[in-house]
Amino acid sequence: MINTKDLHEGGIIRDPGNATTYKTGDWRTFVPQFIEENCIQCMFCWIYCPDTAIELDTSGDKPKVTGIIMDHCKGCGICAHECPPAKKGKSALVMVREEK
Amino acid sequence: MEQKLVALSGNEAVAYAFKQARPHVAAAFPITPQTEMMHKYAEFVANGESTTEMILVESEHSAMSAAVGSAAAGARTFTATSSAGFALMWEIVYVAASLRLPICMALVNRALSGNINIHCDHSDSMGGRDAGWIHLFSENAQEAYDNGVMSWRIAEHGDVRLPTMVNYDGFIISHTADALHMLPDEAAYDFIGKYQHKYSLLDVENPVTVGPLDLTDYYFEHKTSQLAACARAPEIVQAVSDEYGELTGRHYSFAEEYKLDDAEMVIVVLGSSAGTCKDVIDEYREKGVKAGMLKIRMFRPFPNAYIAKILAGRKAVAVLDRSASFGGFGGPVFTEVRSAMYGQNVPVHDYIYGLGGRDFDLSQVATVIDNLQNVASGGELEDVNLLGVRL
Repeated sequence: MINTKDLHEGGIIRDPGNATTYKTGDWRTFVPQFIEENCIQCMFCWIYCPDTAIELDTSGDKPKVTGIIMDHCKGCGICAHECPPAKKGKSALVMVREEK
Repeated sequence: MEQKLVALSGNEAVAYAFKQARPHVAAAFPITPQTEMMHKYAEFVANGESTTEMILVESEHSAMSAAVGSAAAGARTFTATSSAGFALMWEIVYVAASLRLPICMALVNRALSGNINIHCDHSDSMGGRDAGWIHLFSENAQEAYDNGVMSWRIAEHGDVRLPTMVNYDGFIISHTADALHMLPDEAAYDFIGKYQHKYSLLDVENPVTVGPLDLTDYYFEHKTSQLAACARAPEIVQAVSDEYGELTGRHYSFAEEYKLDDAEMVIVVLGSSAGTCKDVIDEYREKGVKAGMLKIRMFRPFPNAYIAKILAGRKAVAVLDRSASFGGFGGPVFTEVRSAMYGQNVPVHDYIYGLGGRDFDLSQVATVIDNLQNVASGGELEDVNLLGVRL
């Protein structure tokens, strides 16, 4: 946390993209659980996530969902809602109550 | 510095003061009695005397919003309004100060509705006294012009960066032709200087985010920084005024002290009413009554330490408030002055006067001084009094 004397005047932000350093993950009650074996890599979760909470591995030819970034996931459940039950009726993302 | 003696209305004088800063943008909506000021400015632009981009908006809320956007883009920006127009700007008036944008504004003081009234009182600016702007008050067209020129230097100073409003009384100053000395354009611009913006929304090499969500973790720190800017402002107001005094021969401070040296009875007042008070004080001085006046020029930030010092040891003080604070303890000026005088054994009384442009005449000042003499010799007087109204 920055003190008053070190802040930019008027609360302006001079370093673009710094939202990634702002941890908002502690807002949630429910948390998505990623079940990799059910994932068909459709990327719906990544498209629909209103934050940047879907973790991708972009090192290969195609991006691959590898999990959830818990620092930013607010537990809205949109990813689980959009996740298609493509593996014998099973989804790769399900919401569970988070134990704190 | 040789200056031209001209005859202008207060509105015209302030239009010249703002033009001399060569502002990039002006955003305004017409409202009586400010309209004439922007008429004059539009004439400058139409005649090619000014290159200011005029944004003619559909309301004052938009005027202040456009001013905020323009200032955040790095442009020297001003606006002007009165009364209900200022009230409609409300939300964005706070935003301008919070974002630390050095916008200048002419606030031609007019009563707030209702019932609807177009004449002078200070209820418009007083409603905005906690919004974080610097408030300068003027006694006549000369002071309105001088405050207009100085407002740029104060607002844009690196230690301040706060929007600044130049208050002058609707009709009494705004529409009355008055003689004043005006700086030549070049000299005024040399004094004001070229605008140096701190950042620009249009600078894609150095992108900034202006006005982001500011919650429980940082809002308080940003407000603390705003409070610190307000605390630094008086020193800058004085320094700019001193420099202006050297240039023009017209010296300003937080207030004007009129026959105060040995004054036992003091009237504290803002704006054009000061002229009326001076005449009556002169009459009483001839009779040997030690009366004086303190005309506050800088109402925000409120110069409390200065007020406490200058009023120390007086026998009686009357504050004249040209606005009421409904449900409050007296008018806004009284509340501040009495609070500044805390711990001192000086009786401070309030007079609410001149609402909705009610004429403030010589007999009213005489009443105040008579009552102060009574207080000074141990007599009683209500804390809060009304002046010039039929009960």
